[in-house]
Amino acid sequence: MPKTLYDKLWENHVVHIEEDGTALLYIDRHLVHEVTSPQAFEGLKLAGRKPWRISSIVATADHNTPTDHWDEGITDPVSRQQVETLDANIREVGALAYFPFKDARQGIVHVIGPENGATLPGMTVVCGDSHTSTHGAFACLAHGIGTSEVEHVMATQCLLQKKSKTMLVKVDGPLGKGVSAKDIALALIGRIGTAGGTGYAIEFGGSAIRGLSMEGRMTLCNMAIEAGARVGFVAVDQTTIDYLKGRPFSPQGELWDRAVAYWRTLVSDEGARFDATVEIDGRAIQPQVTWGTSPEMVTDIKGQVPAPEDFADPVKREGVARALQYMGLTPRTPIEQVKVDKVFIGSCTNSRIEDLREAAAVAKGRRKADSVRQVLVVPGSGLVKRQAEAEGLDKVFIAAGFEWREPGCSMCLAMNADRLEPGERCASTSNRNFEGRQGAGGRTHLVSPAMAAAAAIAGRFADVRELP
Amino acid sequence: MRAFTQLDGLVAPLDRANVDTDAIIPKQFLKSIKRAGFGPNAFDEWRYLDRGEPGQDCAKRPLNPDFVLNQPRYQGAAILLTRDNFGCGSSREHAPWALEDYGFRALIGTSFADIFFNNCFKNGLLPIKLPAVEVDALFELALATPGFRLKIDLAAQTVTRPDGKVLPFDVDPFRKECLLNGWDDIGLTLRHAENIREFEARRRIDQPWLFAQ
Ligand code: SF4
Repeated sequence: MPKTLYDKLWENHVVHIEEDGTALLYIDRHLVHEVTSPQAFEGLKLAGRKPWRISSIVATADHNTPTDHWDEGITDPVSRQQVETLDANIREVGALAYFPFKDARQGIVHVIGPENGATLPGMTVVCGDSHTSTHGAFACLAHGIGTSEVEHVMATQCLLQKKSKTMLVKVDGPLGKGVSAKDIALALIGRIGTAGGTGYAIEFGGSAIRGLSMEGRMTLCNMAIEAGARVGFVAVDQTTIDYLKGRPFSPQGELWDRAVAYWRTLVSDEGARFDATVEIDGRAIQPQVTWGTSPEMVTDIKGQVPAPEDFADPVKREGVARALQYMGLTPRTPIEQVKVDKVFIGSCTNSRIEDLREAAAVAKGRRKADSVRQVLVVPGSGLVKRQAEAEGLDKVFIAAGFEWREPGCSMCLAMNADRLEPGERCASTSNRNFEGRQGAGGRTHLVSPAMAAAAAIAGRFADVRELP
Repeated sequence: MRAFTQLDGLVAPLDRANVDTDAIIPKQFLKSIKRAGFGPNAFDEWRYLDRGEPGQDCAKRPLNPDFVLNQPRYQGAAILLTRDNFGCGSSREHAPWALEDYGFRALIGTSFADIFFNNCFKNGLLPIKLPAVEVDALFELALATPGFRLKIDLAAQTVTRPDGKVLPFDVDPFRKECLLNGWDDIGLTLRHAENIREFEARRRIDQPWLFAQ
């Protein structure tokens, strides 16, 4: 029987199955950050348990860390305590690698795993963070988990899981100019809704996906969770293998050859059956902009803000009315007329080198509009930052009036000092536009890096394909 | 974990779809390194008129009179009635911790986001999925009937309305067993420690590159 990639990944990790199908899955990689781990470490200690396999743990501090004035340390005492708690826990317990605050390789947990080769094809990857789906770009089974599960994985090296149904999202055809992986993700969520993938494991396939870089695939898999799927992944191909060659934790020498031979089997077999298939014409995707408080509230740049009465379902209508009120938008306003106050380029969705290159290509030789109060560019990690500086991207941003910051989650969720003030409107390359996500009362519009840079230049949402 | 067997509880209706975990417990409270004490900040941005920060005395903060859970008739509610895709967004387990600490023991809705759903079971909180027509009817009843209560019996997998109508629900047998007994997953999993060790030993041979030191 032909197998899907999901079947293969699943079967390769089953330690035990209960009668009702609940499986004990072996976990290869456990990524840890400061926010969802303290209670797990504490639980472990209280129960007198030791971590099962320390070499599976890769940790970093990212959510709370400031993105400027690193010389002053973390000034918020509550944030500092959380980061110091992680320092202490890792010191006590150990890890394969720890990139603490200010380390040259510190960064967002979903950026540092892949760039260090700590995320390898065929792995199960877990992290107490929903965007763990990002690692699926490497044909991993990558789950976001809660804190109890963080403790469970530490204590047992396993996770209790039920097998999901499978969904193939097939995107074919070349993407248009100015259209990126982020636009595919938003267009998909606009189509199937934020619960459309609930209960499914999504495999992304088709020629448009094959054409994406690893960075693009990570962006797409990152957003799988916003479509309701716990995991999203892409099969292994030459792009995957080329990316991994020579990374710090990638295998070397004879092991590399053996690993590559195995990795090449991590594809869905010809004729494998999926429980659902969604086909998207890549050529038809336009640059996307969200207008509401859920990623499914999205339209293309030539579109307009809808009106509640466009929706037949009363719960939806009510939700749209509430979203428009929160977002301070009038029905039928063309998206291109919506002005922005701030721009955020960063987050585990779009803070990798390629994202920064795309934003810089738009910013080059231009300047942010005077009406835009702040444009933050926050690289995903110290390594991304150095790479960008080596390419001179920092200079491009600074010349355009953007701020070039230290790595971290930053204004993606505003746990540090980077945040929106009530009523401020932001073009953001992050993944969630929920009420208050980027600061209480803040208004978030999700876009690609190129579209964020275009909004910074124009002072409003603008079609990156038409910039003068 | 606290066991869940039966519950006879007051119902609070939260008539919104896609309630995300940022709304259930805003991020500033995630800086705590503790597991308890999140209840006063559940739904913080909807519940209070001022801006919530960790360490405040919530009893002194101005309540938003328009937020449904603040209405006197819903005080002491143990069952939260909700709509589609409740708990979407971040995986923060602080969301079920906050709901449990607030006093909820069960949630009833048409669908729940996956990670949140899973997290509930680890914390003695029972999420119940019912068909949309039943949820609609429950909303009508809850809004029309002050003091509206429901009885939940996990062993029998039923929700019983005051008029005697019984609504059966599905629950995974394994999760049900754990919840009924208040079993902790880790202890259960460690019964398979030998299997895990064997599996791991085989893996070290088959895919040694996964075990970099
Ligand atoms: S960048 Fe945002 S979404 Fe990603 S891990 Fe950090 S807070 Fe979560």
